[in-house]
Amino acid sequence: MSTATVEKPEAGAADSAASHKITVTFRIRRFNPEISADASWQDFVIDIDPKERVLDALHQIKWEEDGTLTFRRSCAHGICGSDAMRINGRNRLACKTLIKDLNPAKPITVEAIKGLTVLKDLIVDMEPFFQAYRDVMPFLITSGNEPTRERRQSAADRERFDDTTKCILCAACTSSCPVFWNDGQYFGPAAIVNAHRFIFDSRDEAGEQRLEILNDKDGVWRCRTTFNCTDACPRGIEVTKAIAEVKQALITRRF
Amino acid sequence: MTTENTTTPASGTTAVEGERYSPENPAPVIEPPRARTTRTPRSTRTNFELYGWLFMRLSGILLVFLVIGHLLIQLVLDGGVSKVSFAFVAGRWASPFWMAWDLIMLWLAMLHGANGMRTIINDYAQRDNTRFWLKVLLYTATTFTILLGTLVIFTFDPNIR
Repeated sequence: MSTATVEKPEAGAADSAASHKITVTFRIRRFNPEISADASWQDFVIDIDPKERVLDALHQIKWEEDGTLTFRRSCAHGICGSDAMRINGRNRLACKTLIKDLNPAKPITVEAIKGLTVLKDLIVDMEPFFQAYRDVMPFLITSGNEPTRERRQSAADRERFDDTTKCILCAACTSSCPVFWNDGQYFGPAAIVNAHRFIFDSRDEAGEQRLEILNDKDGVWRCRTTFNCTDACPRGIEVTKAIAEVKQALITRRF
Repeated sequence: MTTENTTTPASGTTAVEGERYSPENPAPVIEPPRARTTRTPRSTRTNFELYGWLFMRLSGILLVFLVIGHLLIQLVLDGGVSKVSFAFVAGRWASPFWMAWDLIMLWLAMLHGANGMRTIINDYAQRDNTRFWLKVLLYTATTFTILLGTLVIFTFDPNIR
């Protein structure tokens, strides 16, 4: 019994394995600039175990149905942040979304994340996203001599920014933000989350500079508190709360 | 084959465009709105947005009391809307308290509304030109209303014929 799940099912086990499978329609937004300037929806009907993930379904389509389907994925386990996509109208990681959680009775729509240039099928140009990330200087900045051993920090100080260390830069939050959709100049939730991670780090000394950057007209004040980012985050980061804490830091710094 | 194309009517045009676009000549991709270019204005290093954000919160709190109080006096208490006449307004504006009330309400409401409209224009206007002219219209209307209202409150003459 247990061997059947580990190894490739043999002829006898195939029937019992096939009984788990259901027929699911995947409606995928296709775009190939080498063929057409227009994007279009394409349906793929596949038999798949509902306990599999959307990424497994995409693999099955790419490997068995249509090799031209293009998408990013690296680790396939929710850590690398490569496969953020808009599944049934919500930004999620394909590798963390089970098909059974998506109402497989209806077609499951899969499209590229919004607000970034679609290059092909589900692949977008992430450069504006990473540019905003680089702009907030997401690295440790200190003065004075480097300590001979590690930079020590109390557990309470570490806890202060623990939530924002979880970011995997998948862009699910930034590409769910309506302000970012209409104005790519806005830093976006992900950049603010990563600024928050260093602003509230007791070991870092450039919090002032980062606050100054985020105080500008494309910084935190463009946030409309719609909570799309918090809903989208596959890591469960309280993104809107982090943005609000940066706003609060800016106001308490001023007054 | 379990694959089916939902865009069957478009397949005819795809074939035509297939001749137009090739790996050597790909279709243009859709750039994100207002992508960062070399002409993008750099950071301004002011606290304008901070004060704007704070003003919206503080003026909002004040306006809740001012506007609800205004509505109660004008429309509900002591006979309702039917009592409002020239004499009623003249009687109220004889007192500096009500002049101050109306003046503060006018300024706060207009600036609060104008700042809200400014952020809406910033969020929704797609082209730089559209944004510029909408803001010109907004600031003109705001300035006109504030100046006219202020003028009327200060120069009101109850004995006008």
